[in-house]
Amino acid sequence: MRERKVKESTVWQIAAHTVMVIGSLLAVLPFVLLIIASFTDNQTALVNGYSFFPEKWSLEAYAYIAREWVTIGRAYIMTIVVTAVGTILSLVITSTFAFAVSNDKLPGHKILMFMSIFTMLFNGGIVASYYVYSNVFHVKDTIWALIVPSLLMSPFNVVLVKNYFQSSISPSILEAAQIDGASVFQIFCKIVIPLSVPILATIGLMTAIAYWNDWTNGLYFLTERNGSDLYTIQLVLNKMNENINFLSNNSELASKAASLPSTTMRMAIAVVGVLPMMVAYPFFQKYFVKGITLGGVKE
Amino acid sequence: MGKAKTKKKIRWKNYLPYYLLALPGIIYMICNNYLPMFGIVIAFKNLNFRKGILGSDWCGFDNFKFLFASKDALTITRNTLLYNVAFIILTTVLAVAVAILVNEIRSRVASKLYQSLILLPYLMSWVIVSYLAYALLSGETGMINNGIFRAFGLEPVSWYNTPKYWPFILTFVHLWKAVGYAMIIYYSSIVGISPDYYEAATLDGASKWQQIKFITLPLLKSTMITMLVLQVGRIFYSDFGLFYQIPMNSGTLYSVTRTIDVYVYNALMKSSDYGMSSAASVYQSIVGFVMIIAVNALIRKTSKENALF
Repeated sequence: MRERKVKESTVWQIAAHTVMVIGSLLAVLPFVLLIIASFTDNQTALVNGYSFFPEKWSLEAYAYIAREWVTIGRAYIMTIVVTAVGTILSLVITSTFAFAVSNDKLPGHKILMFMSIFTMLFNGGIVASYYVYSNVFHVKDTIWALIVPSLLMSPFNVVLVKNYFQSSISPSILEAAQIDGASVFQIFCKIVIPLSVPILATIGLMTAIAYWNDWTNGLYFLTERNGSDLYTIQLVLNKMNENINFLSNNSELASKAASLPSTTMRMAIAVVGVLPMMVAYPFFQKYFVKGITLGGVKE
Repeated sequence: MGKAKTKKKIRWKNYLPYYLLALPGIIYMICNNYLPMFGIVIAFKNLNFRKGILGSDWCGFDNFKFLFASKDALTITRNTLLYNVAFIILTTVLAVAVAILVNEIRSRVASKLYQSLILLPYLMSWVIVSYLAYALLSGETGMINNGIFRAFGLEPVSWYNTPKYWPFILTFVHLWKAVGYAMIIYYSSIVGISPDYYEAATLDGASKWQQIKFITLPLLKSTMITMLVLQVGRIFYSDFGLFYQIPMNSGTLYSVTRTIDVYVYNALMKSSDYGMSSAASVYQSIVGFVMIIAVNALIRKTSKENALF
């Protein structure tokens, strides 16, 4: 009996490890291919295709990036600025709003909460948002186009922060501070925020990743003619895709293709885009998983 | 009476700072969500930029008539729905299976490593993923044609021009990116199951398989239903990045890659067709709203604790 148990559990271990190794390889190998492709000699890539073991290696693609650093470096700076400003603004707006609605005695807190939840259920559609942002607020070709639309305050985060305030900050501390004569703003800044660092760090990370990865706002609100100075690294990559696609659909323009970055150069730019995430991932992985599980748990 | 009045005054004054704190959020929701809701009228107008939304002429349901008279309406609705159904079923099955296997693994280091690696694709933007797909699928340099197919003596396939492969490619890419995320959620539910159940089952001589069937899966049901409700409620919305970036907006593939979101983008930004694009986007948000209310009502009837609201 016991022998059967031991055998069974060994079989399970082997099966589980096998499946997970295959899954992990499937997840990681495309990234390895991307990196190797960027170090492949362009001619070799054109003749043999990308491969994990290219015949000839080359640093030419990275030399190109070094030469083009004005464009790519600027896109990098834009990505960092947009991510930083967006995340900070988002945390401020989300936490102040959540603090107000977390107060059960506040007249109208239920209406405000409903106002926030309702945005998850119904929206005016992409066209209406596009019209409002471009013709009412005129965000087109400004940096605000990358920061404000859709990403600034998520109703989901509002719920998470509000629940945290209600469950983890005891009302007696707030009352005591109030009796000592602290104003609401002082209570918020000096007591509530310091006590909420864990949740703010978690949603801050998720928001930062969303900003870092975003390309749809730029796709809608930055035009190539006037907005390309504001391109983030994702938008530079997206634009290269569009150009390649455009040329392959219009063969008479093929002569122009020579002026575009070669295939390995594009891979190198993608590597530059993906690298910061890959390097930072082991350090924030724990909080990333926490952010996902928080999001998956229903309130 | 007079006393009550002063009391009320003081109360409002006390609450003023809270309203001030909520104000930025309220303003943002009005600008980002509520103002666009009025923009729905665009779908019922013949939009003229010089006259603005309010000044433009009404055209009733003409935009919708044009949309549904074209065969695009059927294609984009079918694509959006069928892909979502396939994604929901396959992601759930795979993610639950992977979560159970991860939980079986005794080595903590290995388990953590597998989780991190399988979650990695979820962290990447669709633009990056499109470069990965291109490295594999590209006609001239892709690894599948030039590496694998050539080695086995197979004819190269022009992937970006052959629609029949794309339902599988898109499903695979979706699973590749989404399974890690769903797996983490199911895994965290499994970890929360009390070990007592398993100990008792082992003492009674239950096999691993029986334990999974009679303990793990039933206890995961609640999480599964919640996830399903969330996904079914959004069945009219597609992942724009997947359907726009991965096929590289290739026109030859539209019959199998164009979903409502991709259609709206192309009609709005490429052809500046406000009539068709707004009709499609209003169609999406209204049917989407009805879907989520209906799904929630249904789930309230059958298992109330899993309802969203």
